[in-house]
Amino acid sequence: MEHPGALHVRLRQAEPFPLEVDFEAPAGSVTALFGPSGSGKTTVLRTIAGLHRPPEAEVASGGQRWTDTAAQLMVPTHRRPVGFVFQDYALFPHLTVREQVALALDRPRGAPRAARVDELLRITRLEGLGDRRPGALSGGQQQRVAIARALARDPAVLLLDEPFAAVDWDLRESLRQELMALQRATSLSMVIVTHDFEDVVKLASHVVLLERGTVTAAGTVETLTASNRLPGLDRHREPAVALDARVAGHDAARQLTHLEARELRVSVPTIHSPVGAPVRIQIPAREVILANRRPEGLSLHNVLEAEVLAVEPSSHEALRLVHLVVGHTRLLSLVTVDAVQKLALAPGVPILALIKAVSVEAFA
Amino acid sequence: MDWTALGLSLRLGLVTVALLVPLSFLLARWLAFARFRGRGLVEALVALPLILPPTVVGFYLLTAFGRQSWFGRAFESLAGQPLVFSFEGLVLASLLVNLPFAVQPMQNALAAIPRNVRDAARCCGLSPLGVIRRIELPLALPGIATAVVLTFAHTLGEFGVVLMVGGSIPGETRTIAIAIYDRVQAFDEHGAGIMALVLLVLSVAALWITNAMARRMSRHT
Repeated sequence: MEHPGALHVRLRQAEPFPLEVDFEAPAGSVTALFGPSGSGKTTVLRTIAGLHRPPEAEVASGGQRWTDTAAQLMVPTHRRPVGFVFQDYALFPHLTVREQVALALDRPRGAPRAARVDELLRITRLEGLGDRRPGALSGGQQQRVAIARALARDPAVLLLDEPFAAVDWDLRESLRQELMALQRATSLSMVIVTHDFEDVVKLASHVVLLERGTVTAAGTVETLTASNRLPGLDRHREPAVALDARVAGHDAARQLTHLEARELRVSVPTIHSPVGAPVRIQIPAREVILANRRPEGLSLHNVLEAEVLAVEPSSHEALRLVHLVVGHTRLLSLVTVDAVQKLALAPGVPILALIKAVSVEAFA
Repeated sequence: MDWTALGLSLRLGLVTVALLVPLSFLLARWLAFARFRGRGLVEALVALPLILPPTVVGFYLLTAFGRQSWFGRAFESLAGQPLVFSFEGLVLASLLVNLPFAVQPMQNALAAIPRNVRDAARCCGLSPLGVIRRIELPLALPGIATAVVLTFAHTLGEFGVVLMVGGSIPGETRTIAIAIYDRVQAFDEHGAGIMALVLLVLSVAALWITNAMARRMSRHT
């Protein structure tokens, strides 16, 4: 089914490695193409850009066909409104930052053009670096140039190939936040290829899981994490639910921020986002305590009325993964087998989910 | 000093560079970027003039350019003059002999451009021609400069092939290298010495200028 504005991708190839992919990336949001290295993620991205032509492929964006091998249609890369941020950035070594961005600008020369370059450099925080060549820039600055250059075409979709793989771990977090802020400011459609689950949880609203050339799961990050359908990707990852929440209010006196994910309301230590701002939260299953009575005299802030959906085995024999629902929002709780018996946990049982404010990870 | 011979050599060098470098750029680009079977064979054929004795190359060209070959006959009927022992014949021989000197430096320079950089250029909206003009040519410039100098210098100095194909007709095929040989044969060591010195100075100057240019260009990249 094709939604207006969405990016629809379908492709099939047998050589040089088998790949069969069919997914849709909704407009205005971030879709993560997630999977281990060698699963064909980059090939999918290159197909979207028209840099790769599989024997069988369809790529359409917002109803415009870019690739349709059945109809012998192949819009050349330079006529597709895509921005591509390569893993190694692929900056032009002989051009200054300004020149790289101006080169990608799809409009006539003159004053408006220079102003647009200035604007792009400002958005990507590159002011003052316009006359430098890539060789004189740090890794983080090079990434910003790659993004500024990709944005210069006013792309219908921004494609990012492992954008944080080449930067140090401590820089990654701030670059993620910058990219997220940029996405929220522009509501640009993005497809991001990554093998780092942190990128999925912190950036993406939709995820397509690619394993050995086939899509093994696809949907919103919330649905897939809540149903624990993404563990195959990272064996060390603990079950955790990622939710799209909004800032519902601040309690300055108590230094708390109230967040809302539909009916699910949680309080977290103050975060500095305005009321109404979107916040991605992650609640690890092992941090959710279950209780059948409202507790008193605890430091606890979040007591949620939930219902048990299912009790499943977990990776540890003595532990069970309890699927819960709060209103329409799902949660996971990792408890002992003993606790399951003590509380008589079974589908349909009403239960209280207790979550410490500091156990809720919030990514503003 | 045989000024006519020097003039002829310079003219041959310039014509060879002007024709060969653009053609070789396309060939170098093909060899650098395209993946196809038999590329090794094409590369070997391009490199052949490097290892074949000039007299062998000259012999084959003489045979190919002569009245006995269809190529020589076709040229003569079109141009109204034979290809052997003519300036045009020298140019053609020079193009073939200099192929590796023009192709290899440019092929290496182009192959050094990462694939992602060329792909990024296309994603920036550059047409295939735009990618060549804005990305490949500037990045391959040191290789192009090397190709120009090597081709030019090698054309000035080529002896064996020129002698075989062109002979030594003053103003038509007697290049400065041939003229030096003629002077030595005539025991005119002074004349030969002057011309050898001119050739030496020209060669050193050409190499020095390109090296300086290449250094300047690579400082920016």
